[in-house]
Amino acid sequence: MTTRIVELRQGVLKKNDLLARELRARFQDAGLLTVNLVSSPGTGKTTFLERTLRELRNDGQRVAALVGDLETENDARRLAASGAPVRQIMTHGICHLEAEMIEKHLQGWNLPELDFLFIENVGNLVCPSSYDLGEDIRVALLSVTEGEDKPLKYPSLFNSADVAVVTKTDLAEVCEFDREASHRNMREIRPDVRIFETSGKTGQGMEEWYEFLRLERKARRGITTVSSARLR
Amino acid sequence: MHELSIVQGLISTAGEAAERAGARRVKSVKLRLGALSGVVEGALLFSYDIATKGTALEGSELVIQNLPVVIWCPSCQQNVEIAGIQKFRCPLCNTPSADIRQGRELEVESLEIEVADDHAHR
Repeated sequence: MTTRIVELRQGVLKKNDLLARELRARFQDAGLLTVNLVSSPGTGKTTFLERTLRELRNDGQRVAALVGDLETENDARRLAASGAPVRQIMTHGICHLEAEMIEKHLQGWNLPELDFLFIENVGNLVCPSSYDLGEDIRVALLSVTEGEDKPLKYPSLFNSADVAVVTKTDLAEVCEFDREASHRNMREIRPDVRIFETSGKTGQGMEEWYEFLRLERKARRGITTVSSARLR
Repeated sequence: MHELSIVQGLISTAGEAAERAGARRVKSVKLRLGALSGVVEGALLFSYDIATKGTALEGSELVIQNLPVVIWCPSCQQNVEIAGIQKFRCPLCNTPSADIRQGRELEVESLEIEVADDHAHR
């Protein structure tokens, strides 16, 4: 027997990353902007997304969503009330979504007929950070009830997010939410992060978020999605 | 806790490479683990012994090389290493930077394998 060293230098998640790259190319070709929403359980991802789907649809945008949970189709049912095509991804215990699950659940959808695809990840602030799903924008959500130091506690995830969305701002006062501290913490972890402050319940701050999505799609896809609101 | 999924990735990546190289046995697997990889070393080591049972990697040692985060400082015009992952600022001039040059690694660097003597000479 001889001992030998085999140099490899290969990503452990190479299969996932290659598939994510393929998905990204498909989204690009279809002119579709894809957004991956990540947060702890209970931050309000579903309420935020429910409103986003409904209002973007009312604005004439073609939207769809994939929603990941360990079990139940409850979230898909909630989101489907918006009228948008929605599919549930049940992971049966897996704590994050992987590119393969996305590919599988997109089957049968005609991507060029969509403007925006939202992926609601499994509620978890740790594991989803390692898995590229082919998204254009990763969004970390943080509710005012969770405490301003969440980004410092979960830096890997907050660092991987292009956008941070503060949710439940209608409760900010009751929770004595320290807005400045939350922004400071988010920027320490990701200095160029875009921050939005929203309430899925009252609709506060949502218009800025939609405007950001429209501009990003235009910038990344070279396509103008005309807001019907602005045509009026 | 997704370290078990990570180990599955390791088994397929390293296992396939070991097979290609004609390994009789894998002695160790060297992994480069960035501070921002989102993977916990202890949980990975724990999962490794369990998940590799019955695979090409059974009985091998997982050797982890921890990599700190390196950012590009736009003021100093150089790569700088930062301590921890709580503050993405240049330690020399305090300028914030989101330009990460190292720290997300989760990759197999190399394998130490045993091959039959005739195989080793090819």
